[in-house]
Amino acid sequence: MGLCFDLTDEQEAIRQTCGEFADQVVAPRAAEFDRNQEFPYSVVAQMGELGLFGLPYPTAVGGAGADFVSYLLALEEISRADAALGITLEAGVSLGIAPIFHFGSEQQRERYLPELCSGRGLWAFGLTEPEAGSDAAGTATKAVREGGEYVIDGTKSFITNAGTEISRGVTITAVTGNSGGRPQISAIMVEKGTPGYRQAPPYRKLGWHASDTRELSFDSCRVPIANLVGREGGGFGQFLKVLEGGRIAIAALSVGVAQACLDASLGYSQRRRQFGRTLSRFQATQMKLADMATQIELSRLMVWRAGLLVDQGQPAGRFAAMAKLQASETATWCANQAVQIHGGAGFMEDLPVARYYRDVKINEIGEGTSEIQRLVIASHLLGFKGSVSSLLEGPGTA
Amino acid sequence: MRIAVFVKQVPDPSGAGRLDPATNLLVREGVEVVLDPGDAYGIEAALQLAEASQGEVVVISMGGERALEVVRKAMAMGAGSGLHVFDQRLGGSDALATARVLAAAVSRVAPDLVVAGTESTDGYTGTVPAAVAELLGWPSLTFAKHLELSGGTVRVQRQTPAGHDLVEADLPAVVTVTGGINEPRYPTLKGIMGAKSRPLEQLSIEDLGLDAAGLSPQQRVVAVAPAPQRQAGRVVEDDGSAARLIADYLAELKVI
Ligand SMILES: Cc1cc2nc3c(=O)[nH]c(=O)nc-3n(C[C@H](O)[C@H](O)[C@H](O)COP(=O)(O)OP(=O)(O)OC[C@H]3O[C@@H](n4cnc5c(N)ncnc54)[C@H](O)[C@@H]3O)c2cc1C
Ligand SMILES: Cc1cc2nc3c(=O)[nH]c(=O)nc-3n(C[C@H](O)[C@H](O)[C@H](O)COP(=O)(O)OP(=O)(O)OC[C@H]3O[C@@H](n4cnc5c(N)ncnc54)[C@H](O)[C@@H]3O)c2cc1C
Repeated sequence: MGLCFDLTDEQEAIRQTCGEFADQVVAPRAAEFDRNQEFPYSVVAQMGELGLFGLPYPTAVGGAGADFVSYLLALEEISRADAALGITLEAGVSLGIAPIFHFGSEQQRERYLPELCSGRGLWAFGLTEPEAGSDAAGTATKAVREGGEYVIDGTKSFITNAGTEISRGVTITAVTGNSGGRPQISAIMVEKGTPGYRQAPPYRKLGWHASDTRELSFDSCRVPIANLVGREGGGFGQFLKVLEGGRIAIAALSVGVAQACLDASLGYSQRRRQFGRTLSRFQATQMKLADMATQIELSRLMVWRAGLLVDQGQPAGRFAAMAKLQASETATWCANQAVQIHGGAGFMEDLPVARYYRDVKINEIGEGTSEIQRLVIASHLLGFKGSVSSLLEGPGTA
Repeated sequence: MRIAVFVKQVPDPSGAGRLDPATNLLVREGVEVVLDPGDAYGIEAALQLAEASQGEVVVISMGGERALEVVRKAMAMGAGSGLHVFDQRLGGSDALATARVLAAAVSRVAPDLVVAGTESTDGYTGTVPAAVAELLGWPSLTFAKHLELSGGTVRVQRQTPAGHDLVEADLPAVVTVTGGINEPRYPTLKGIMGAKSRPLEQLSIEDLGLDAAGLSPQQRVVAVAPAPQRQAGRVVEDDGSAARLIADYLAELKVI
């Protein structure tokens, strides 16, 4: 079939159900969770019962059996009500479950996926380090083989979902050796409670207050060799694949926040009166609303386009980077316009737009900054197939 | 235990309803339609009873092509199968015709119990479930705010202005539930994905063994008038007798 923007019956029903859940269950409590910097266990449990955490995974592993586009629709709806819950879901599904589902052994999948897909447990993904952020391949964490175990030493920064009461563990990247002078990076699972694995107290953040973010440290932390995900040295390729889906998901999250900004602005501009008329009667406001709506529509189409490629099993790297770049910058811009339209009231925590403004900036940073997305896109354009390190260092004409 | 639940698709109550000036009936085409919120309580009640008795729930709806969506929604919430009566000739049906069709559908499903809403959000006659019971010769229990089954009987707490009556009847029976009876669940996302693989029948008038001639509407909406503007209230200056006046007024309205 050619180009078609219609959702399937199931996609439409999932979008509607998640939209109702977001409006009725999430939105009324989002401000409270944000203010108290509180991880919303009860709502996360309800999201689990709804089937959100296993949404794009097959029923055989405990998932709902939906496609990736359905998951993106759900993520937009939840994030429209609360971006912090959006990231809890995104990190759980795209960073926690995805590596185990795509690269885990049969035993690993059987041991972890049913609980994680049910939302009763969360798994984290630890890539970023104090000295390895955008340059994620610069990881300094080491995993040395000793007998039947890896001994892990190192630190991971800004990790989502690792320190809640329902967190079960983390998949980390670590150097397990050298091949041809280059460090060999592998992915290894570490269960919470393993001696030597510690989660620091939560960071104090600008936004996403209801989401759990911590520094993790590994001090002679021993795990069985069987905790290796995929093959030794496969870690780098795995996380590129994981981030491909993750970036589209962050783009969907961004569209949700941008939509919330537009919805709030539409409402407020038709209520608030100055100079004897509502703000919506000023052309300056109308231009803002029209530009917001147009950029949101564009972003959503890019999210759907990239998501469709994933469902078709085609490489989506370039489109994932483009969608994330477009949607995250749109969301920040929309939040800025939304506060402006609200005037002083927009700066007050009584209305949700102040929260949107604080929550939105991170979308341009997490899972690859806007600069890194541009490098990824450029590397595709210039023939480096999405590899930023080749673009920056490798031989070639760039 | 087999429980049938009636669900109706209605124009979104949060939207502004529009009447067709030619027929004085609600416009159903080209508007947002949803599962009647009142029927969500019926679905939840049926699912809870079925879960407690290892029974099954069969959804029944009569409506246009899109009514299939509400049947699927009920199936995504947990109902095992569905029956959608869809026949162009049923457009414009009145409550009696609707009840005849639904009674025939119930006979086909042969449930132990039928659960329905108290009244629909659009038509609002509140007569269909009782009419179905009458046509089937089954007991009709209305306004249930609590519902339980034991052995071959159904027992409900029937909401009254003063409290509730405890009413019991032998199965099979028809029960209508009120909004307070439970907290309807969301469809699960897995349920949404699985709904299409469960049995769903779409039947015409003849499939139900009915004769279209006997189903033409017996009533017509002759005129529609807007609700009267609210009158300005009566102001009572308190010269010491206000309490008396207000009490008399409330008594006159039978409020006290
Ligand atoms: C709330 C939160 C949650 C997070 N959750 C997780 C998680 O669950 N798991 C995880 O692994 N990580 C997580 N992260 C980390 C996140 O992915 C990194 O912060 C991000 O990749 C950027 O790395 P950095 O912070 O080290 O910035 P740096 O890499 O130090 O970048 C600083 C600036 O330099 C720019 N820059 C860097 N290199 C280049 C270049 N080559 N060309 C041009 N500009 C460049 C960047 O774009 C940026 O503007 C999280 C971060 C936050 C804030
Ligand atoms: C022009 C026209 C078009 C119509 N098109 C439709 C249509 O597209 N879809 C449609 O559903 N009806 C349609 N009808 C039928 C009609 O609107 C009502 O279904 C019928 O009159 C029932 O009356 P009520 O809504 O007052 O039901 P009430 O007695 O107030 O309803 C009480 C309960 O009975 C059950 N119930 C009622 N009606 C149905 C039903 N149709 N299917 C399943 N359960 C039901 C529900 O549980 C409901 O909560 C149409 C009628 C007209 C006149």
